[in-house]
Amino acid sequence: MSDKSASAYWAANVRVIIISLVIWFACSFGLGIILRPALSGIMVGGADLGFWFAQNGSIYVFLVLIFAYAKIMNGIDRDFGVEE
Amino acid sequence: MDQFTLNLLVVGATFALYIGIAIWARAGTTAEFYAAGQGVHPILNGMATGADWMSAASFISMAGIIAMSSAGGYVQSAYLMGWTGGYVLLALLLAPYLRKFGKFTVPEFIGDRFYSSGARLVAVICLIVISVTYVIGQMRGVGVTFSRFLEVSTDTGLYIGAAIVFAYAVLGGMKGITYTQVAQYVVLIIAYTIPAIFISLSLTGSFLPQLGLIGGYAPTGGDVSMLAKLDGLLTELGFTAYTADTTNMFNMILFTMSLMIGTAGLPHVIIRFFTVPKVADARSSAGWALVFIALLYTVAPAVGAMARLNLTTTFWPGATTGNALSGEAIAISDIDTNPNLSWINTWRDTGLLAYSDRNGDGRIQYFNDAPLTAVNTAVATATTALNDARTAAGLAAATDLTSADAITVNGAVDANLQTLQTALVAARTAQAARFAEVTYGGRTVADLGWVGNELTRVDNDIMVLANPEIAQLPGWVIALVAAGGLAAALSTAAGLLLAISSAISHDLIKGTLNPNISEKNELLAARISMTFAIAVATYLGLNPPGFAAQVVALAFGLAAATIFPALMMGIFSKTVTKEGAIAGMLVGLVFTAVYIFLYLGWFFIPGTAVYANTAANHFFGISPLSIGTVGAAVNFVVAYAVSAVTKAPPQNVKDLIESIRVPKGAGKAQAH
Repeated sequence: MSDKSASAYWAANVRVIIISLVIWFACSFGLGIILRPALSGIMVGGADLGFWFAQNGSIYVFLVLIFAYAKIMNGIDRDFGVEE
Repeated sequence: MDQFTLNLLVVGATFALYIGIAIWARAGTTAEFYAAGQGVHPILNGMATGADWMSAASFISMAGIIAMSSAGGYVQSAYLMGWTGGYVLLALLLAPYLRKFGKFTVPEFIGDRFYSSGARLVAVICLIVISVTYVIGQMRGVGVTFSRFLEVSTDTGLYIGAAIVFAYAVLGGMKGITYTQVAQYVVLIIAYTIPAIFISLSLTGSFLPQLGLIGGYAPTGGDVSMLAKLDGLLTELGFTAYTADTTNMFNMILFTMSLMIGTAGLPHVIIRFFTVPKVADARSSAGWALVFIALLYTVAPAVGAMARLNLTTTFWPGATTGNALSGEAIAISDIDTNPNLSWINTWRDTGLLAYSDRNGDGRIQYFNDAPLTAVNTAVATATTALNDARTAAGLAAATDLTSADAITVNGAVDANLQTLQTALVAARTAQAARFAEVTYGGRTVADLGWVGNELTRVDNDIMVLANPEIAQLPGWVIALVAAGGLAAALSTAAGLLLAISSAISHDLIKGTLNPNISEKNELLAARISMTFAIAVATYLGLNPPGFAAQVVALAFGLAAATIFPALMMGIFSKTVTKEGAIAGMLVGLVFTAVYIFLYLGWFFIPGTAVYANTAANHFFGISPLSIGTVGAAVNFVVAYAVSAVTKAPPQNVKDLIESIRVPKGAGKAQAH
């Protein structure tokens, strides 16, 4: 693999990581903690949005994030011909 | 069949299963001993990681920590997000690259990437401090669970647990541990979910506890949500509302972050991702690990909230359909005779639950008496002072300490006694004024006839351990919870012990002391190291330094401040030098440990703390539990600063970094 495509592959990977980490931070620290007081009027069933994200919701988002990352990276691996 | 026999049968059957797996999966090579031959299916590895990760604390204590938190259940969400969010960091930032690196231990990567056996040694020290502090709590957990269910002493339980771990960890290494952990996961998740489903059905009518958490409160028809019902009852009884917001958002953020990066930096979790065949498997295996962890972690908050609600309505029977104070508190005669309430006295016998009828009305009032603590303590102190002085003056006991004969010595009033009596009268007056002022459910304490909270102790662990009995489930479910608690503690202990022993045999002996050691002898060294690690962990479990529970804070803080930053910089930066990495780890280690020791005592020795561990004393409100985040930041800053002024890494290290960033060419999987 050439240096150029190696750095392009790494840049693509880092971009996916950054987007994922923004979502990771937004659902847990954002909705679950920082924005909870502001969003207290929105209910998820019997819980307010922030409470639900802090106790259940962010865990579901984490799950989706990891599998989405794995899938996207498998695709990028193939595009760059670096899959195993 | 009585409960004890049933517990023995179920626990014995699970132990036979673990030993059977150990014999089937014994390790023949170092690759099998350290990394299970790198041939574990990602889903099975995820399951094993789940068992490895979920300790006695997750299984037994976490729901209770959330349920009984004096600041409300919401604030403890830090544990839920922190202990799961770390897997995102693992999957994105560490696991795939470390798998591509393709060797056996965390210090080995740090040593190669930072081209220095010094860096490897520092990493070994960090790893051993982290894993040993963590394993103490697990060994205690094994002992405590044994003692509760199998009627042996905590120490005996610890010996039995150590013997079981010895059998399958020394024989099978990572391979034996991995397949045992898969079985342990199945046992613990079934044991956790069955009681949760029943409690959710009875309180919310919802089969899934996750939906029950946000569902309606079934006994009154479901119009009021379960959480609103709980909030209402708790505030009526003077407790903080269950869903109350945090009063220190900054600290909650740092605490959550500390648990997340600490999780991602725990060596015994990281090495699990060395066992899968491919880089792509390392990514998805972190996802599978989180699936299996989430099965417990999304149920735990539901168990917490529902168990707290159950506890409250048990002690205030009127609360089931009305307000807490719409009926009388539970009667002691009821506790003693009603078979549905027999669990209260069962757990009272273990000391995990305690009640006393302080106002002598034959009922047990459960409420938050914090507003009364100051005046009650003042009266108690003044009474003791007067009584002691009376005894010293040779007076017999007086029934009324405020009468004149309480201070009369040889026919004359004693000046000292009179001062003490005046103080007692003043304390009682203040108490009466406070009792007339503090209200619960709109009525004053004086009017209610209360003097203080009479449910004097509810251990956090009760919330999970007593759940099957509270929900009137059959005896085999109780036995299953015992087996589940043991599975959780044993699986985590085994994973930690493997991390410790591989650091000793692979990083210290092969990496530093005797690089030419043969494969056969290294395997022998690994087994001897494992035996040694079990002996040390057993000794420390029997004689824990200071507070066993608090040392876990040190493990997470140090993992966050040392291992995680070093690994991340090793992968994502080509410029960080060996000097930078070593300085970063050492400063992170010392900074974090010192901050924790300032509040919890030097090396956790009681009485050596510099500051009392209260929010008012914390720098910028940062608790010792949360300091790992700051320690990690300090590590990054120091490492980059030192790297800027030291010689750049050599070309072969840059090539190594290039190679671990690309999946192609990871070591071949081995059949087994």
